[in-house]
Amino acid sequence: MLKESIARVGNRTLQGVGRIGFAVRFFVAIMLHSGTAFRRFGLTIREMYFSGVQSLVIILVSGLFVGMVLGLQGYETLQTYGSEDALGILVAMSLVRELGPVVAALLFASRAGSAITAEIGLMKATEQLSAMEMMAVDPIARVVAPRFWAGVISMPLLAALFSAMGIFGGYLVGVQLIGVDEGSFWSQMQSAVDFERDILNGVIKSVVFGIAITTIALFEGYDAPPTAEGVSGATTRTVVTSSLTVLALDFVLTAFMFRGLS
Amino acid sequence: MQHDNLVEIEDVAFDYGARPVLKGINLTAKRGQVIAIMGSSGCGKTTLLRLIGGQIKPCQGAVRVAGESLGELNQAGLYRLRRNMGMLFQFGALFTDMTVFDNVAFQLREHSDLPEDAIRDMVLMKLHAVGLRGAAHLMPAELSGGMARRVALARAIALDPQLVMYDEPFAGLDPISLGITGNLIRRLTDTLGLTSILVTHDVHESLKIVDYVYFVSEGVIVAEGTADDIRESDLSYVHQFVHGEAEGPVTFHYPAAPYVEDLRLGRQSA
Ligand SMILES: Nc1ncnc2c1ncn2[C@@H]1O[C@H](COP(=O)(O)OP(=O)(O)OP(=O)(O)O)[C@@H](O)[C@H]1O
Ligand SMILES: [Mg+2]
Repeated sequence: MLKESIARVGNRTLQGVGRIGFAVRFFVAIMLHSGTAFRRFGLTIREMYFSGVQSLVIILVSGLFVGMVLGLQGYETLQTYGSEDALGILVAMSLVRELGPVVAALLFASRAGSAITAEIGLMKATEQLSAMEMMAVDPIARVVAPRFWAGVISMPLLAALFSAMGIFGGYLVGVQLIGVDEGSFWSQMQSAVDFERDILNGVIKSVVFGIAITTIALFEGYDAPPTAEGVSGATTRTVVTSSLTVLALDFVLTAFMFRGLS
Repeated sequence: MQHDNLVEIEDVAFDYGARPVLKGINLTAKRGQVIAIMGSSGCGKTTLLRLIGGQIKPCQGAVRVAGESLGELNQAGLYRLRRNMGMLFQFGALFTDMTVFDNVAFQLREHSDLPEDAIRDMVLMKLHAVGLRGAAHLMPAELSGGMARRVALARAIALDPQLVMYDEPFAGLDPISLGITGNLIRRLTDTLGLTSILVTHDVHESLKIVDYVYFVSEGVIVAEGTADDIRESDLSYVHQFVHGEAEGPVTFHYPAAPYVEDLRLGRQSA
């Protein structure tokens, strides 16, 4: 009994490690075959339309609401210390440093990541990828790499839009609704947010998240068993794995970027 | 140097994991010929085509196309060879995110720098040959099974390859399209000087157009010969196949436990 369950745990660990190995090789293959994605940039633009533009509405709406909630909650807390003028700083910092990249990435993983996995998985199940190989066209170069770069480029743009909408939402609630002074809301925000420390680090985060999500989504699709259950299982795994990866990476990146800052 | 035999398969064995599918196949396709591979469902015909296309590697033996052994080629070499191959997949495998036109144009766009005008003409010619020029703007999801297969056929021959492999080109076609498709395969082979390998169950239609036939069973070639040889063959296997008889050496069933045992008829009481 005990021996069996230990063996099972060991087996699953080995399988997991093996899959990570495959994923890394897959990532390297994407890097090596990225020429087409840039030479024929139209392919990448097309995928940016699919993964980026389709996530746009959910990102904008979520950004607005998250910003409005930040406005309410932030005001409640700051008011206790009589520093509600700092609301602009609080809203902008939380969004640009954390919520923008992280929440946009989580939304992107569930909206675009799952779609990518399902699409690639179905292309594999219906032998479209084999057909492409038989036509001497490398599916990694033609299908996978453009989707990868489209995701990596879209992710920071979406995160920036999320943050912008969020700040607007915070402004609506804080200034228009509650009545925080408009001048200090904006000017405090401007003087406190640092380009390199806050904005650039936020962009770096979202690029890393973009790489992680699209790699996971593409790999799960490419590796999915060529059946309906295989593809649906892979789609679920994409959302779960990439969301957890985003949160874990966020902790690591934050630790490196902001450790020791005031 | 020109090889007389475009495809040579020598003592090839293949298994998916534990189950051996092919156990020592010998087969050659001469340039300019239409050869057919026949055999009962699940005997490994598609597998054989995948071996010729280099998508899977044989466990034993060698597959040579145009004199080059596929096992020794790297990816670039394989892709170079495949530019001269067309393959009609058993289930079409059309790109579902492109129109019929773009499907047929795919290889032209990927592998040539032809202007869009020239591509358009070439694609419409191929589509005309399979009778679907009018369907050029449709998406694959809007096609019937037989139409999809004909589009896949047009796509397989888009680059005028030297070798075309057809995995069941006749399945799901009505008698009229079936005859036309058969003639098309023959005509393409003759006029373009290409070589065709046909996997099919349709004995009568294919015997009209093929030069040479191989019968596969249990992982080996059990009979081969020209169309006339096959029609007149008195090998029980071939006879059964040509005349579609239920009783004979070909078993319809995938290997299984005895039927009575499986249905548990032996156990009378509840
Ligand atoms: N990917 C795979 N993994 C495991 N076994 C497979 C796989 N593909 C095919 N097989 C097995 O190999 C055998 C041969 O399959 P193949 O597709 O070559 O048959 P076929 O002759 O083309 O049959 P049909 O005429 O029905 O298309 C079958 O018994 C099948 O169960
Ligand atoms: Mg088959």
